[in-house]
Amino acid sequence: MKRSVRSALACLALLPVVAACGGGSGDSGGSGGASAKTGPITIWYSNNEQEVAWGKAAVDAWNTAHADQKVTGQEIPAGKSSEEVIGAAITAGNAPCLVLNTAPAAVAQFQKQGGLVPLDDFSDGVSYATARSGDLVDQYKSADGKLYQLPWKSNPVLIFYNKTIFAKAGLDPEKPALSTYDDFLATSRTLKSKGGVQAAIWPAPSSEFFQPWFDFYPLYAAATGGKQLVEDGKSTFNSPEGKGVAQFWKTMYDEGLSPREKYNGDSFAEGKAAMAIAGPWAIAAYKDKVKWGAVTVPTPTTMPADQVHTFSDAKNIAIYTACKNRQTAWEFAKFATSQEQDGKLLEMTGQMPLRKDLTTTYADYFKANPDYTSFASQAARTVEVPNLVDSTTAWQDFRDAWSQSVIFGKTPIDKAFSDVAAKIDDIAKQS
Amino acid sequence: MSQLLPTEPPAAEAPVGASPAAGRTHRYVPWRSSAENQPIGTLFALPYLAFVAVVFAFPLGFAVWISLHDYFFAAPGASVDRPWVGLDNYKTALQDPAVRSAFGHVLVFLVINVPLTVVLSLVLAASLNAAIPFRTAFRTSFYLPYVTASIAIVGVWLFLFSEDGIVNKVLGPLAPDPSWLTNSHLAMPSIALFVTWKQLGFFILLYLAALQNVPKDLYEAAAVDGASKLRMFRSITIPSVRPATTLVVVLSTITGGNLFTEPYLLTGGGGPNGSSTSPVLLMYQRGIEQSKPDVAAAIGVLLVLLVMLIAGVQRLVLERK
Repeated sequence: MKRSVRSALACLALLPVVAACGGGSGDSGGSGGASAKTGPITIWYSNNEQEVAWGKAAVDAWNTAHADQKVTGQEIPAGKSSEEVIGAAITAGNAPCLVLNTAPAAVAQFQKQGGLVPLDDFSDGVSYATARSGDLVDQYKSADGKLYQLPWKSNPVLIFYNKTIFAKAGLDPEKPALSTYDDFLATSRTLKSKGGVQAAIWPAPSSEFFQPWFDFYPLYAAATGGKQLVEDGKSTFNSPEGKGVAQFWKTMYDEGLSPREKYNGDSFAEGKAAMAIAGPWAIAAYKDKVKWGAVTVPTPTTMPADQVHTFSDAKNIAIYTACKNRQTAWEFAKFATSQEQDGKLLEMTGQMPLRKDLTTTYADYFKANPDYTSFASQAARTVEVPNLVDSTTAWQDFRDAWSQSVIFGKTPIDKAFSDVAAKIDDIAKQS
Repeated sequence: MSQLLPTEPPAAEAPVGASPAAGRTHRYVPWRSSAENQPIGTLFALPYLAFVAVVFAFPLGFAVWISLHDYFFAAPGASVDRPWVGLDNYKTALQDPAVRSAFGHVLVFLVINVPLTVVLSLVLAASLNAAIPFRTAFRTSFYLPYVTASIAIVGVWLFLFSEDGIVNKVLGPLAPDPSWLTNSHLAMPSIALFVTWKQLGFFILLYLAALQNVPKDLYEAAAVDGASKLRMFRSITIPSVRPATTLVVVLSTITGGNLFTEPYLLTGGGGPNGSSTSPVLLMYQRGIEQSKPDVAAAIGVLLVLLVMLIAGVQRLVLERK
């Protein structure tokens, strides 16, 4: 039986969730062989409105100059998450040549599936990435030392706050006291009692594996000065800093400052919560709805804002083994990350290209758009998710322990963290 | 005896003195007899059999194969090793506390959902079968949730049962804390109630069909004997629709086994604290999100076995004379 048929049947065997598996057969997998070919290619970009506009413009600009290497741009097919859609497409053999918005957390898994082409296959692959992004590239290298993703853009997360609600609660909307855990808690209590809001801040209390990236991880990165969840094959979070972050959020839940129930909508945009934790992508969404300000995430003790780290929420560009014309894919990747296209991405989406010289290269933009300056300066101090094959399992285990101990208080934090650290250590050993 | 094979000659080597009946050595073969007696019916059934073989039997067999190997999804042509691991994936699944809890949650679901479904659908079907005003409108209103996508009506339930929802506003100080869908004791019962309500229309329809076949003269004779409505319901209606009851019980059990959409949408992926996770939701997490289709397949096989076991026991109990 052909492997592709078997893979498709494997998808079928796993119930309706694999509707995205799709059919069709792409080019044979495996890296190498097709790297030097040029010709028409298909790419996927995200379905975010601003990014679609940028993606279409970039594809048009490319096609005007490369009639023999036509690029067809498509929005990533709808699914619960891009990672699931891409994973299914790899299995079915119908992945596009290139996907903008490949999540770093999924890269090791895609690599294990035989779905990714290392940039090392191209003569200038790694050197180009390093020249554009600097040492940051090292965070994205895989366990085999190769680079399977071109660092593209980040969305460093900050605390957004609603100036109107702060003023209503009698707090200073220009200099909010949110820098330490104690400050943040005191401000939250005031907001809840006097600000007329349901929540001071409303992170999703649901069980999805990626939720820690928007409550635990930014504060952990800040508390530790930039540590990843796993470093040198061992988990790092079962520490005073990690447990401090957990205790902070536990207090928020215990005191009802953050609800244990999921809000179906945007609690910040709708004025139900006085604060939110989000990246610069949210600026466009909040622009006409909320008079907002943004500050760095809180830390255990006072720390200058220009030293505070956060989670990167980066998305990168990867080339997939189903691609026949990989040289064109690589050339388009370089075109899409050129200084000109990065500038357009910044202007059209507000997201930060992962360039080492971001603020100086686009000084005029940041002068004209001061709202984005704090995100740009924060982009230099971001922490990425660790590059584990079973990254999703590790984050799901962490989330389950977090739910039990921090959100619902069923297990003491010490025990929950100690147990889940042992599990994640096992996962890290296998990566 | 028309189901035996009358065209077959009697056995030539029947022992001397044996009765003619004892001389018959052919056994009753249902598929063979129906194939010979109803060739056109068999022809009509063949496409469906092929469909079942391709989209159900083969994938099920393949899922069993996956569950016995170290399997993961890979790109076509990628060189990957998928060695035989025996029952390791089953061991992994059974040692996972989340999996054990998920099976426990299904049992909680079934204990609430199945009896409630049977009682409500039978009572409502009997009521809707009587000559009542606006009967068609009532039938339609019960059937409507069943044909509406869960995703569409889950929003209404969230609106009703959220912390500041209408139900809690009506209950006031009697409202549970934490609220329905965030309370680890109430989340799964809330889901069971939602599914009961959503599926009710279909089961009412099954009972309505069964009630059409109950001879009216039974009720007339009982009325002549002076039986009350309740007595007639107990002594005529319930025994007469027993085959439909078996079907309702088995189908609602299978629905419980397949539970996915409701915990996924109502409780944010199995919350609170995993207390509404179902085995199928875990299959999704393990197989698709975490790329462990081998463990997911093992969970699926265990689920099939459990549902078959429960359905088998239910049939034994319900169909005993």
